[in-house]
Order: sequence, then structure tokens, then C-alpha cells
Amino acid sequence: MKTLGDVKVGESSTIVKLHGEGALRRHLMDLGLIKGTSFKVVKVAPLGDPVEINVRGYELSIRKEEAAVVEVQ
Amino acid sequence: MADSQIHVALAGNPNCGKTTLFNLITGANGYVGNWPGVTVEKKEAKLLSDKNVTITDLPGIYSLSPYSPEEQCSRDYLMSGEPDVVVQVVDATNLERNLYLALQVIETGLPVVVALNMADLVEKNGDKIDTDKLSKKLGCPVMMISALKNKGIKELFEQVKKSAASKGQVPEHKFDSSIEDVLDHIENNLPASVPANKRRYYAVKLFERDADACKLINLTKEKAARVEELVAQCEQDCDDDAESIITGERYGVIAHIIDECLTKAPAKMSTSEKIDRVVTNRILGLPIFVVIMFCVYYIAVSTLGGTVTDFTNDQLFGTDGWYVLGQGRDAYDAAVEAAGDDADSVDPAQYGPYVPGITTVVHDALVAGGTEDGGLVDSLVCDGIVGGLGAIFGFVPQMFLLFVMLSFLEDCGYMARVAFIMDRVFRRFGLSGKSFIPMLVSSGCGVPGVMATKTIENEKDRRMTVMTTTFIPCGAKLPIIALLMGSIIGDSSTTAAWISPLFYFLGVFAVIASGLMLKKTKLFAGRPTPFVMELPAYHFPAIRSWALHVWERCWAFIKKAGTVIFASTVVVWFLSNFGSYNGSFGFLPAMDGIPEEFMDYSVLAMLGNLVAWIFAPLGFSTWQATALTVSGLVAKENVVATAGSLLSVADAAETDPSLWTAFAGMFPTMGACVAFGAFNLLCAPCFAAMGTIRNQMESGKWTAIAIGYECVFAWVIGLFINQFYNLFVLGQFGIWTIVAIVLLVAMLFQIFRPIPAHAWTDEDETNTASAAVSA
Repeated sequence: MKTLGDVKVGESSTIVKLHGEGALRRHLMDLGLIKGTSFKVVKVAPLGDPVEINVRGYELSIRKEEAAVVEVQ
Repeated sequence: MADSQIHVALAGNPNCGKTTLFNLITGANGYVGNWPGVTVEKKEAKLLSDKNVTITDLPGIYSLSPYSPEEQCSRDYLMSGEPDVVVQVVDATNLERNLYLALQVIETGLPVVVALNMADLVEKNGDKIDTDKLSKKLGCPVMMISALKNKGIKELFEQVKKSAASKGQVPEHKFDSSIEDVLDHIENNLPASVPANKRRYYAVKLFERDADACKLINLTKEKAARVEELVAQCEQDCDDDAESIITGERYGVIAHIIDECLTKAPAKMSTSEKIDRVVTNRILGLPIFVVIMFCVYYIAVSTLGGTVTDFTNDQLFGTDGWYVLGQGRDAYDAAVEAAGDDADSVDPAQYGPYVPGITTVVHDALVAGGTEDGGLVDSLVCDGIVGGLGAIFGFVPQMFLLFVMLSFLEDCGYMARVAFIMDRVFRRFGLSGKSFIPMLVSSGCGVPGVMATKTIENEKDRRMTVMTTTFIPCGAKLPIIALLMGSIIGDSSTTAAWISPLFYFLGVFAVIASGLMLKKTKLFAGRPTPFVMELPAYHFPAIRSWALHVWERCWAFIKKAGTVIFASTVVVWFLSNFGSYNGSFGFLPAMDGIPEEFMDYSVLAMLGNLVAWIFAPLGFSTWQATALTVSGLVAKENVVATAGSLLSVADAAETDPSLWTAFAGMFPTMGACVAFGAFNLLCAPCFAAMGTIRNQMESGKWTAIAIGYECVFAWVIGLFINQFYNLFVLGQFGIWTIVAIVLLVAMLFQIFRPIPAHAWTDEDETNTASAAVSA
């Protein structure tokens, strides 16, 4: 399974499914990370984590650990 | 609505300009930062232009889901029946995500007015929003405003008053027909007591299996089973879970609305993106951050701020006095040098526009008024009260500068990037990137440091940061470090330059070790907080908000911390000047035949003796050492001065070798001396910081836990230093050595053991799970 954390900087992809459960999953959905949403990984923090993505016209910072619940194409 | 009183709720995403609007219309000075999640509780104030209108500012949220305390707080208020109308503030530059919450608020059935904020920015970007069409699509009035530029606000509130009189709207937007069918069925199963305009809201919530809503509606068993069957069927048909279905539908509706109402200018790289390409650059990000922080710290604490603080302490409030614009200072200094031992006889007023220090002025006025020179009243007023006030105000300029710069960095959006850059480091020990700023500020002063934790929205993270941030040595602890270095090595400047950083490392170690240990305790149990954070676009802060922000922080310090330091200075003055000598209790310096070291007879000495046993295992059990610790609790600035008077070294400064010798003489071994230093640097901070901790924790219990933890931790570290010094250097072994070894093993175990299972159970999740089962 390829996850959001695997997408390289500068690449775009589309969300296939949100795994995980509870508050984190719902929070990601509320922020607009749902099935079919396309996004672009803008950059990664100097120490390798978290990553910054551009989704639905805004910038979002997300840890790789949390990005692992987002399955992408 | 009673007596034409109108209650207006302000709802919106974090960082959409809601608080700016709130401040503008109510004249309040709520905190605004370009930082998601600054308002944690709801705030209330009257509308400036019409006192019959009460505005409630809700915390910034992304959704009305039941998962975070902010969301629950907002949702409970919206459904409480109190608000007559909701102003849904929408960041017009980011319609898509902002409308997601707007749809949910509209579904509550309350009258809603959508305020498209940052209209000026939309125009600047060249985008066009068709408000009439948007209004039709959403089924509620839509107004363009700019809270920053104060545009469209009057019109907005005219509309708000009109809408308040209405009954509310049934939402216009429709989901996919298959979902609408299910929602219709659920609506039909709702009890008749649910009013028409709220039926849609509850139908959606039941569909989502929202635990709180299920409890509130309390369906009969058959109906609940029927609803569950409908939802389960729908989930199977869509091959997705209920929450995802609804979220997907909402974003689907939004996509349609945006297609019709928003004309976007061709995309070009925004200024914000350009800045970010450099500032959060993979290679340059960290160096830039270090340089920025160094500059802030250097200007506010070391150079400009330090100079102003010294001036306030020594010249304005002290006895030195000052020359207007420095005129005559050189001539006076030359005269003093020429006079040699008679320096006191040189009258500074002869050499320029001289203004005596406040202490001198007050002292002279008291003596002229017939008060005894050096007597009770003179001593209380000059040493106690003026000295205490000086200690408070001396820090104000330094803090002001620090706040001006830090507030700018926060308001313009840089601090969110700092959290992004530093998160990796802090997550390791149970904190988040947002904990870094408080720690940094604490290296100047713990009071604003603790105050800076306000921006950490997660309660656990915030509490842990409050508990650990004052371990970082603050400016007032530096003289203590210098004194220790002098006493241990006999030189505070050259050969011992490496010792000072050691105490910083001790502070950093304390933060890390505490983080690692605390996150495994029941107090901080729970999943690591997700760090999913919006990075807002940079903007130049509105001068008004920026000024308010600085003022709010400075004033909080002066008011809260000021009263505490002030009162405690007077108390310490009393404790060290009163006592019993020759069987009578009273003001010691005025007693007959009292020796120069009158403090030996003071109440402070008695108290010191009473608690000195606590520090025996740490190697320092004299009352003087204990009294120093006590005076350090009042204000760390006091320690060196108190050491001077307790050890009878006149005009002591931390760089004075005679004080070093006297100070070292207080301790039996070097280990004890270092243990004393470690304890004083790590234990509970000064009264002012403790007062601030109390404010931030908003709980007596948590304040006690924080201060208690700090003291115990400091004591244990002091114990380690003294006992292991005794063991390894002096070869002494005793009962306390065993205690130290046991504690060390326990500490290492707690630091290195894996995270226990209970730490992974999230309270919310267990609640939701059980509610889902019962539904």
C-alpha cells in the first residue's frame, strides 16, 4: 500500500482511502483529505519530518506517522 | 428573544480572522495570532455600536465533529438555544475548506449570516466571488467584509439583526439522492419533539453515528435498530463508512458551489510561497531559524533590553540616579575618580541635569519628613516596596522588546513554520513543535515563557510544556551560575567558560528527561497528539492587533506577576529584618547591641533551620543555604544579593572573589556546592513564574503537580550530584547513597522503558466505541 508519506517532494497524487480510526481520521477528513482528493507534497521539514502538502488550495503540515493512514495512488 | 436582546455567535475555521472581527466590533483585546487555534474558550462581549447585542466568539474549528474539546464547546453552544443568529466567518481566500464548516453550521437550522472575510485579499488576487449566487446556493445571506480594513462591518450587522428576527432556514444544499433518501427515512424516525429546522441536523448526526447526538435524541430501541439498518445498508452500497460518506458529500456539494460562484484568477506563485521557499527550505530552514532567534534573544535580553533593564534597576529605581541623555556623566565619573576614597562627597547634581534614583528621592523625603534614617519605615519603604517595584519594572522593558518581536513573528505566520521545522525534535520526548517557542522565551524569563504556552491547543502538550519550560535557565539564574563557577573554580570568566553551558545542558536534559518520564505516566496517557496543522499564508500583522497582543502580554505580567513579586518582596524583607534577639521580638536593626549579622536572629533564619533537614542529603543543611533557596523562590535575582548579606560581604556581586570564598565556605564539599546550584536552577521558579503557571493551568491541582514535580525532580538531581560526588570522589558510602542509586535506576527505567499499553487508549475512542455499541 502506498501512503501519503511515500510520495516524493514535488510529486502529486490522489487519495484512495483513509485508514485508521477515531479522532485523527475524522480530523483528516474534516480538513478535506478524502477519497479522490488530489494533493501535492510541497516540501519536507529540514529534519525529514513532517511534510507539507498543498491540498484544496491551502498548506497543511502532517507527520509521516500520521500520513501513513492515508492510502494514495 | 427577550427584551430585544440579541445573542450572536461567531463561528469559523481557525485563522479566518474571527478574533480580529471580534476585537473590532466589541473593542475587546482578545489575542490574535497568525497561528491556527488561538482561541481555546469562547469569549463574550457586547457590540460596541449596540449594547443590546452580545457577541460570543467561539474557538476556531474545522468541523462540528464530537472529537475535540473546541468542537464540542462550539457545538454545545450552538445547540444550547441561546444564540439567535450565527455569523459564520469564512476566509474568502480559501472558500473550499471554509465552506465545509459553514455547511454544517447552516444545517443546525439556526439563522446564519455568512461573512466572507479578507475581501481585500480576494480582490488583490484577482479572484471574483458571486455573493448573490452563493447566497442562493447556501440559503442564507452572504456579505463581503474585511475585518482588518474595517469594511462592510456596518452592513453585516444590519443583516445580522434582520436575520436574528427570522426563524432560521432549512438548508438548501442537497447531497446525492441515494443519501438524501436515507436521511429522509432517518428524519421520519426522529421523535416529534425535534423542531422542524433541527431535524436535518440530527438526521445527519445519527447517520454519522455521532455519540453525543445519539445520546441527546435517545431513540426507542426499534427506531435505533431501524436507523442502524439503514445506515449499514447505505455503507454497504457505497462501500465506505458513514462518516466518510457524509464528508465526501459535503465536499461534493462545495465543489459544485465553487464551480458556479468563484472565478479564480490564473494561478501565480504567491508571496507567501516565495517566502516559504527560502524560510522553510530543507537546507536553509534551520540556519535561518537559528539566526532569527539569536537576533530576537540578543536584542531583547542581551543588548538593548539588558541596558534598559540595568538602567531601570540601578539608576531609575536604585540609588545611582541618572543624567538626562547622559550629559555630565563623563564629568561626574572623572570627579569621582579624582576624589578617590571621598567619592561619596562628590555631588552629582553639579555636573549636569542629574535626576536622583527613586530610592534616594523617597529616602530623602522620608528623612526630611521626620522618619528615622535607616529605621523601620525607611527600610520597609526603600528596601521593601521601592526595591520590589524596581524588580518588577526592571523586567518590563526587556519583556516589552521580546514581546514586540515574538508577537510579530507569531502574527505574521512564522511561528507556525517554526513548529513545522522543530516538530521532529520535540516529538521524541512527548512534546510537539509548538513547545519550542515557550522554551526559547524562557531562556530570557520564565513568565512570558509560560505565557507563550497559550498557543499550544492540545491540553496535554500545553501542561507538559508549562511543567518543563522553566527548567531552562532564565536571565535571572545567570548570576547564580556565575557565583557557582567562581566558588568552584575561583574564576568566573576565563578557564571556566565551559561550565556555564553545562547548566544550560542540565536544563535541556531536565526538559528531555521529564518529557520522556512524564509521557509514560497516567497524567499524560493518550496517543501522541496528531500534528496536522494548517500553515497559514504570511501576512504583515495589523498594527492594532500586534499592539494589542504586546500590550496584553506586558500588562498580564505587570498585573499578575507584579502583585506576587511585590507582596513577596515585602514578606522577605519582613522575614529577614524581624526576629527575636535577647528574648524580645521586633525590628532587628533597631535593637540594642545587635551584632552586624542581625539576620542570624531573623525569622528567615528560624525558618531556614526548620526546613534545612530536607537538604541534608544534598549536602547543604545550613540555614543560610536554605534561606538562599527560599529567597530564590521569591525571585532568582535575590539569591546573589541575599548571599551577600547573609555572608556579610558588603556590596556583593557575583564577580567578587571575596563572595566566592565566603560562598564556598557554606558547603562542606564541592559536590554539595554543585548540588545546591542544580537544585536552585531546576526547582520551582520564582513566585512570578509560579503565579503565571497558576494562570495558565487554570487549575490548583495542576499547579501543585507542576511545582511539586519541579521541586522533587530538582531535589533528586541534587541528591545524585552530591551522593555520587561523595561516592566516587570522596569514597563515602551511606544510606543516602543507596537511595540515590535506587532513584537513579527508577529514573532510567522510566526513561527507557517502552510506552505502556494504557498510554495508547484514547478516552474519546473508548467513549465513541461504547456509544456506537449501545446505538
